[in-house]
Amino acid sequence: MLPDKEFILKLARSAPTELSPEDQERSDLLKKVSLLRPLVMVNCSTSGVVAGAKQTWEAIENYVSDRSIDIDLAETGSIGLSSEEPVVSVQLPGRTRLFFSKVTADRVPNMLDDLFHHVVPDQKLIGQLRQSGHEPWSDLPYLDEIPFFALQNRIVMGDCGIIDPFSMGEYIVGGGYKAFLQTIRSLTISEVCDLVVASGLRGRSGGGFATGLKWKAAFNTPSDQKYLICNAEESDPGAFMDRNLMEGNPFLLLEGISIAAYAIGSNRAYIYIRSEYKDAIRKIKNAILQLRESGLLGDNIMDSGYNLQISLRKGPGAFVCGEETALIASLEGKRGMPSSKPPYPSTSGYLGRPTVVNNVETLSNLPAIIRNGPQWFNGIGPEGCPGTKIFSISGRVRISGLVEVPMGTTFNTIVNEIAGGVETGRELKALHVGGPAGCMVPAEMMDVPVSFESLKSNELVMGSGGILVMDDKTCVVNTVKYFMDYVDKQSCGKCIPCREGTRRMAEILRSIIRKSTDEEGHTTLELFKGVMQLESLAEVMKDTSLCGLGQNAPNPVLSSLKYFRHEYEEHIFDRKCNSNTCTELRSWFIDVDMCTGCSICAKRCPTEAIIGTARHPYFIVQQKCIGCGICYEVCKFTAVYYK
Amino acid sequence: MATENSSMDEILKRFPQIKRNALIPLLQAVQDEFGYISEEAIARIGSHLSLPTSKVYGLATFYNQFSFSPRGVYHISLCNGSACHLGGSGDLFSELTKLLEIRDGETTRDGLFSLEVQSCIGACGQPPVMAINDTYFSGVGVKEVRDIIKQYREDAT
Repeated sequence: MLPDKEFILKLARSAPTELSPEDQERSDLLKKVSLLRPLVMVNCSTSGVVAGAKQTWEAIENYVSDRSIDIDLAETGSIGLSSEEPVVSVQLPGRTRLFFSKVTADRVPNMLDDLFHHVVPDQKLIGQLRQSGHEPWSDLPYLDEIPFFALQNRIVMGDCGIIDPFSMGEYIVGGGYKAFLQTIRSLTISEVCDLVVASGLRGRSGGGFATGLKWKAAFNTPSDQKYLICNAEESDPGAFMDRNLMEGNPFLLLEGISIAAYAIGSNRAYIYIRSEYKDAIRKIKNAILQLRESGLLGDNIMDSGYNLQISLRKGPGAFVCGEETALIASLEGKRGMPSSKPPYPSTSGYLGRPTVVNNVETLSNLPAIIRNGPQWFNGIGPEGCPGTKIFSISGRVRISGLVEVPMGTTFNTIVNEIAGGVETGRELKALHVGGPAGCMVPAEMMDVPVSFESLKSNELVMGSGGILVMDDKTCVVNTVKYFMDYVDKQSCGKCIPCREGTRRMAEILRSIIRKSTDEEGHTTLELFKGVMQLESLAEVMKDTSLCGLGQNAPNPVLSSLKYFRHEYEEHIFDRKCNSNTCTELRSWFIDVDMCTGCSICAKRCPTEAIIGTARHPYFIVQQKCIGCGICYEVCKFTAVYYK
Repeated sequence: MATENSSMDEILKRFPQIKRNALIPLLQAVQDEFGYISEEAIARIGSHLSLPTSKVYGLATFYNQFSFSPRGVYHISLCNGSACHLGGSGDLFSELTKLLEIRDGETTRDGLFSLEVQSCIGACGQPPVMAINDTYFSGVGVKEVRDIIKQYREDAT
């Protein structure tokens, strides 16, 4: 059911109390305040589908058709608990909505049996949603009371996982598009820019540049055509906040884009999205269609005289295209290589015209800023860095997922209090913050508040906000090597410091975590020389690379050398990886009691390091062993083990 | 071959404007239609947009999305994001290369499997993640991968 133009205008203009009874009823239905039949919502976004949400969906469909029960079945985005998927929420008419975790297909019948008899099932319950005018379930925690949500401030992500991302009506009756209509009807272009400058909003993709100032530069450059580009090329491994926002609440992003486009005087906007984000693409396409049909996009929007076209462009996949000049080159149909700044895109960007590139999270902040005013936004978080930031937490942590907290929250709160810390019995070693261009934060620095300034003064970076949690069983050198390999592959090759520097760094790191066939001579010395070269190489790359990719690529190396130098030394001098992650440094042995002398390992060993006579226990000559582990794999008697 | 030519015509018809910024969407359309970009397709796109073939090829090889050999019946995407890396995707990769005797971006001789390592699928909550066509496998170990591949091989014969 698409709300028509009149209805949208009525909602945008009037307070909820002023609506006529029919409109009120209509709005309540859309808002899921009054339900005609039970509502079941399944998170079918990427994180849900990977955990089996499609099968859960089918199981629910089968359940209700077998018993001919009439329900509404709808999709949601992810509520942020990625490791608890598939998350299913159920709302019975008149009652508050309940959220359940890990609802796999086999658990569906029992769960729904109980719920339809008004019994709270034995399933893993997350909590109930606080909804006024609904009878709450007694003795059950509210979502905002459980630790994961209690410490968050979900301004941007608030509706993700709650609303149906395909329903424009639901977004609009929840207060959506009020901000945009207010903008185009009562604010001039420069007023919007001033308002955003006053709010102090800064870019969320890592740089932290003031959004309002970027807009002003574009607005002040005269041109016949200006462009707004939404950067949805989220390619940091371990960062998924933008994807989640687009999958959970695509209309919020589109409203933000509309406001930003108006503010720079542009009527052409592009969303440059990763082609792998199929679910987000599907949802945004659908959202654009619905908005066009109801007149919130297109020519003469709501009779304001303002025209806006938003189109979707799929990025063909290159990490460097997250950099704005490279992104623009890619949109123009060229290789995605960055160019030197100035000229900045805000004066000469896409097709040589003034262009503003903002990221998904930044743009999704705008509707709330317009609705509540810049002072409200300024009041959240520390001075100079207001608002919230979404962090994606993954790795060796109890709850992987998305956390939105006010700027200035400490790492300790984010990782230990909200995400539950590392598994019992393990010890937190470090956090890797900000993806391949990010930094290692040792466990001792967990009390650092996360804001652009405080991180900078501690020589750390925020990056896009991916936090990889590492416990005592993770190897720092191996993780750094992983990121360096990634950057090496993704370097576009335009400037030499980045192209060659990342390759050499990856080589040096690889040699550290690999056993040399010839441990004689000066190998250890050579390796250590390599580490010293890492530092000087990093300095050169930082100073001379063309874009942020090369300038920030040495960050993981430098920060890990600063805080975890002993691990490098262990790898180099002891030829040992204490966390047992670097497979090639493992020493392999044969258990004499288990070995039957079948000789299969000796036959398969590529370096002929295993000797012995048939039907007697074999022996591995350590000096010859390269640690490939083939013997371990082929042994049928589990006699091979490593230390 | 005739059908390939005619569907190529169809795709080119969708991009009537001879503009440089139509190049990537065009290549993507070809990739979606055929699963890979053939030499002929590159030449035809070049003449359609009045661009040298070398430019088209240079651009296509720059981006990760385009592949130049046909995909297997079962296309395996292995996530190598940071969480999956910690979760052991490296072991899965070496197991898959051993099992299928192909490297990243290649297709087996019988055309059954192709392997692609992705930077991050974005399901960091259930590492390591592997996808075969549209079916996802999360939290899999080396042993499960062996079984999965065996199962797919049996299904194919």
